[in-house]
Amino acid sequence: MTRVEGVALVVPGDDVDTDVMYPGAYLNIEDPAQMAQYLFEGFDPSLRGRVVDGTILVVGSNFGIGSSREHVPLAMQGSGIRGVVGRSFARIFYRNCVNLGLAIVACPAAADAARDGSRIAIDATGTVEVDSVAFDAPRSSALVLELGAAGGLVEWTASRLSDSRRT
Amino acid sequence: MAHTLVEKILLAHCDAGDVRPGDVVTVRCDVVMANDVSGPVAFRAMEKMGATRVFDPSRVVMVADHFMPAKDVKSAELQGRLQRWSDEQGVTFYGQGRGGIEHTLLCEEGWIVPGAVIAGGDSHTCTYGALGAFGTGLGSTDIASCLALGSFWQAVPDTIQVELTGRTGAFVTGKDVILAVIGEIGVGGGTNAVLEFVGPGAEALSVDERLAVANMAVEAGSETGIFPADEKVGRYLDGRARSPWSAERSDPDAIFRQRLELDLSVLEPLVAVPHLPGNVKTVSEAGPVSIDQVYIGNCANGTMTDLRQAASILRGRHVHPRTRAIVVPATQAIWREAAAEGLLDQFVEAGAMVSTPTCGACFGGSNGILAPGENAVTTTNRNFRGRMGSPEAGVYLANAWVAAAAAVAGELVHPETIT
Repeated sequence: MTRVEGVALVVPGDDVDTDVMYPGAYLNIEDPAQMAQYLFEGFDPSLRGRVVDGTILVVGSNFGIGSSREHVPLAMQGSGIRGVVGRSFARIFYRNCVNLGLAIVACPAAADAARDGSRIAIDATGTVEVDSVAFDAPRSSALVLELGAAGGLVEWTASRLSDSRRT
Repeated sequence: MAHTLVEKILLAHCDAGDVRPGDVVTVRCDVVMANDVSGPVAFRAMEKMGATRVFDPSRVVMVADHFMPAKDVKSAELQGRLQRWSDEQGVTFYGQGRGGIEHTLLCEEGWIVPGAVIAGGDSHTCTYGALGAFGTGLGSTDIASCLALGSFWQAVPDTIQVELTGRTGAFVTGKDVILAVIGEIGVGGGTNAVLEFVGPGAEALSVDERLAVANMAVEAGSETGIFPADEKVGRYLDGRARSPWSAERSDPDAIFRQRLELDLSVLEPLVAVPHLPGNVKTVSEAGPVSIDQVYIGNCANGTMTDLRQAASILRGRHVHPRTRAIVVPATQAIWREAAAEGLLDQFVEAGAMVSTPTCGACFGGSNGILAPGENAVTTTNRNFRGRMGSPEAGVYLANAWVAAAAAVAGELVHPETIT
């Protein structure tokens, strides 16, 4: 996963929390396709109708605060969302996306430039393109790039386990 | 080289020769914990990883607490899976009637010792900093990898040192300390950092109050909140700790991202008003607000200290006719102690409901969901829109004195006005 392309959907506001994106009452659901039915339930359920296969969310500052619930990025993936570009992210949400192989990048200039429908390309090595205009994003750490290249933490851990079985 | 407390803990749990903020390191876990919500999702990920056994069954703890007792068929299935998986793996499982709310429980049960690293499938794993441990919340895939490998990736955080001076006055608790800090730095102010609490005011706080402080560090965006362990922690751990430990503290010349000072003697009872934990006001500024429900409990404030505070207001008084009050002791042991002390009977006599330990309504699971237009005063840690039910309900976060006073008055008031 070195480059991800898609169409922007702007999620307005800062400090958007995981409770409004996926309320606690639905945390007993395990199937990501079912989780998708409740994405943004407490925030703006109409956003669900605007998510398409290949959506890239464009978000504000400190996006994803609160719970460690992985149901949020799982519901995003289950809805067809391929990436998230934001001004900044809460820690657990950020690492959940990295671990699940959902492209995520903090790039304030790109987040400010994007509008609904903008064509976005995320290059994990350090660039975000918005309608063909390139913005520099901070380069991810080596381990985060390694996780991305593996496809996520599941694949990365699987390969560590199979290496240790061979030795 | 000078290091902060958290740098010392991480250095002792990774293979790097030295650590500096921003370094990404692989950190070994002393304890891995998950619950009925995060556990089953992690087990699926673990299967996909091709992992069949946990790295060390003696270091893994599963707790059924979120939808416990099961509120519906799906929740019952999750708890059943948690129990069966725990049996198969030979790990410790705390189920219905045998445990309580995970964070209070793991401290009580001696799993948490100073200097330990705890990876928890719950954002409030930061609570363990009350005992000088590095507890941090992770998602289910992270937990799956921890279960398989016994380690997780972690960017070494900065440290924001909060020096607490003075002593808290009447009706002011650890809850007010952390609300004051979040109000000061905001819900993103602690991102990529830990909050470290030091100074005479920190030493004066009881272990229960430190739990309340550390618990809400994540509400400032922090990786964890931590107190250097002292004699109080040593006494708490006597006869309880499951592993040997030693106490560390930050070197005086360590580099801190920020230093804050908070004089506890001028602190007033505070509330976080809807819909962010950073919307902090004094009770006097925020009130009066008509209150439909009061909820005293959760992993932040369901301890004996909280229950005694609430009982001192509710004893011999009545819950206001338009208000419902729910009291949730955090663990079975606390429930029994509160019963033996007569507190539970005093709550019920006042017209409050006493619940079994559960995460319950704190996260909108069950056991006291709010209707549109309702307002609640709670001792919980999040007041996001819809957190406890309807997106049109309002949640006011406060200490147990303030919550109990609201139950009696039917509105948000300063506890000193209850006569």
